[in-house]
Amino acid sequence: MNESTISPATPWRARLLKAVNVVGPFFGLLLVLGLFSLSAEVRPYLFTGGNLKIILIQTVIVALGALGMTLIIVSGGIDLSVGSVVALTSVLGATLLLRGCPPAVTVLLSMLAGAAVGLVNGSIIAGFRMMPFIVTLGMMGVVRGLAKWLAGNQTVNPPPGSPVNDLMARTSPTALFPLPPGVWIAAALAVAVSVLMNRTVFGRHLFAIGSNEATARLCGIRVQRHKVLTYSLAGLLFGLAGAMQLSRLTQGDPTVAVGLELDIIAAVVIGGASLSGGSGSILGSMIGALIMAVLRNGSNQMGWQNFTQEIIIGIVIVLAVGLDRLRHRQQAG
Amino acid sequence: MIPRLRTVDVRKNFGATRALKGVSLSVAPGEAHALIGENGAGKSTLMKILSGALAPDGGLIELDGQPFVPASPLHARCSGIAMIHQELTLAPHLSVEANILLGEEPAALGWLNRSRCRHLARGALAELKHEGIPLEAPVGSLTIAEQQIVEIARALVGNPRVLIMDEPTSSLTKVDTENLFGVIARLRERDVSVIYISHFLEECQRISGRFTVLRDGESVAAGDMAATSLSQIIRLMVGREIRDIYPRTPRALGRPVLEWRGLAGETKPRAASLTLRAGEILGIAGLVGAGRTEALRVCFGLDRIAGGAVLVRGQDRTRATPARRLADGIGLLSENRKEEGLLLDRSIADNLTITRHQPFTRGGFIQRRRQWQATREWMTRLDVRAQNPGQTMAELSGGNQQKIALGRLLHHEAAVLLLDEPTRGIDIGSKAQIYQLMNELAGHGRAVIFVSSYLPELLGVCDTIGVMCRGVLSEIRAAGEWTEHDIIAAAIGHSGSTTA
Repeated sequence: MNESTISPATPWRARLLKAVNVVGPFFGLLLVLGLFSLSAEVRPYLFTGGNLKIILIQTVIVALGALGMTLIIVSGGIDLSVGSVVALTSVLGATLLLRGCPPAVTVLLSMLAGAAVGLVNGSIIAGFRMMPFIVTLGMMGVVRGLAKWLAGNQTVNPPPGSPVNDLMARTSPTALFPLPPGVWIAAALAVAVSVLMNRTVFGRHLFAIGSNEATARLCGIRVQRHKVLTYSLAGLLFGLAGAMQLSRLTQGDPTVAVGLELDIIAAVVIGGASLSGGSGSILGSMIGALIMAVLRNGSNQMGWQNFTQEIIIGIVIVLAVGLDRLRHRQQAG
Repeated sequence: MIPRLRTVDVRKNFGATRALKGVSLSVAPGEAHALIGENGAGKSTLMKILSGALAPDGGLIELDGQPFVPASPLHARCSGIAMIHQELTLAPHLSVEANILLGEEPAALGWLNRSRCRHLARGALAELKHEGIPLEAPVGSLTIAEQQIVEIARALVGNPRVLIMDEPTSSLTKVDTENLFGVIARLRERDVSVIYISHFLEECQRISGRFTVLRDGESVAAGDMAATSLSQIIRLMVGREIRDIYPRTPRALGRPVLEWRGLAGETKPRAASLTLRAGEILGIAGLVGAGRTEALRVCFGLDRIAGGAVLVRGQDRTRATPARRLADGIGLLSENRKEEGLLLDRSIADNLTITRHQPFTRGGFIQRRRQWQATREWMTRLDVRAQNPGQTMAELSGGNQQKIALGRLLHHEAAVLLLDEPTRGIDIGSKAQIYQLMNELAGHGRAVIFVSSYLPELLGVCDTIGVMCRGVLSEIRAAGEWTEHDIIAAAIGHSGSTTA
């Protein structure tokens, strides 16, 4: 014990663990694809350009939500109001289009509305030191109610042919390309958020707050301000997800996206984030979102009923988190 | 010369507790100044005030002759006061590099300058002669000693004017301790002032020129290290009289009920041995961090036993879970009453009876009336002031809470009581009642292990006392053979026989 030679985790072992952490979600995605391709009926269709396009389009909304949710979960928080925010902003977007608002402004205002909800969430959580779970659970109800109120309890149909609809439009349905702009936007934002998390001081402090809030404060990080900022930034992305929802349905529906928050949280956790904060990656969360989409797509093609899908997805979530715990135990040991 | 840092009569109260009653301290530029005092003397409170984590209630602080009131940890850091905390304050998920630079990342418009990050972090580690710690590794994967190095490296990065070190060597190896002393010497050449807090007086003697002694929240003495003997310093640290609040009825010791043979945990304790007999109160003294709490936890089955053996009534019972220990009639009173010891938002009755519900259950249902009746009896016997057994624990005073926590062991009819700091943070009246109770229990043939950092109570209550130093407990003597001076000397590893 009195020697100076303290053994750090041997470099190769540390590198291996890191590789497993990065590759893990990828492996999960391949596994899911592999399992579905075992079926003779599904295999020929699964990997066609047209189907891959469907999967990607289906991923966009969960992926955008997962970008914001990753920020929040890494900082040690949670946001249950995403589904409601998506409904509200899609209704808002539809209403704005109906009133003749230009499409770009519509999308921007939808995002700002999402950010506003995030700002309220973050301010309450930081200002009153309240549990994010409770605050956003309450906000889930409030925002859903606002959406229904704004929509007058029915769907809002904007004039057809709006450029907003093109964001998620499935043109030339049999080929992979051209992909709709929504997919490219989500991919570009994924890169941007990843850079934000890994290359900026803000990102570093985000991890620090989630890892050990007391330490973060001690190191002079403005913890509460960071939280407000994080929820607002995530809200911006949730608002964009709402605009994508509007584009996909070509109408604003206040009852849409119920339970979406659970899909999003599942994607983030499958991607390797810890719900107690401090760890997580955008790449992982994006793969997680893809896994969710492939599961639904494959199940549909297998002809499985909705309830079977729900059971399978539930099991996959528990399995993924269970594997993650196992991985972390080995890392610690 | 203007002192780098000066405090005059700094005071701090926590509710009715006067943690600091008036502390004056003066540290010159480039000086290493030792701050000495017993556990609870107020050192940590003072350091928290200087580093901006707590606001003082009164007094004056000056930094380079200017009045200085640190408003937040950020403010203190920006003013050049860096702190190395006794408990590690690292973010376990973050990399070594990120931890070292946390809060002081070199950046332009929010963008990390990654090569500069690496350069600074590597430089800080190199200064400590630990270039080998991988910058990318998550801190949680490092050993405790390496984590301590990271913690120290973090304090060095900001080019501080005053560096406060709170027990920096408690988990360092000898070589690393030497390296740290080298770093302190180099810092002093750069005119950095160092405030060094350590229970290891030899360390203080080696590195510092001057010292200040804190006792019961007051600065009672200051002077030159070279001109003062260790013995004199220890006397300044203790300097109080033992009052007669300790009851003692003569009693005979019975058969051994609990034995530790070289008990070892994952990190602490390293080797703890004792024999506890029926009717005995055995005190364990030692410094904070010596491994006393850990020894009790390991014994009780809360943490893994890594070596050694535990015998209960002569039988090998080394492998244990808390449930099995309780079944063997061994009970633990946690030092951490609020976070671990009690269910604060549950009722008195639930807290008191949680380990033994059988007397008032029928068919698996708890009969509230009988549970409350039993609880009322304990409340009377322990003199707990509360409205009724249904009152929630959080509404009680610290002393009453502690009596209920202790009452749980009594209701459990534990024959062996492991008490970890049972009188911490409670009023003197409740303390006296707890001493009285321990005395009665021993008189009825129960056995008690009494861990405490307050020497007068150990000397007043215990039959036998052992001193734990750096995870080792071996020599146990009758209480009459110890003086406070001897115990402190043994606790800091100063006396020949107990040096680790």
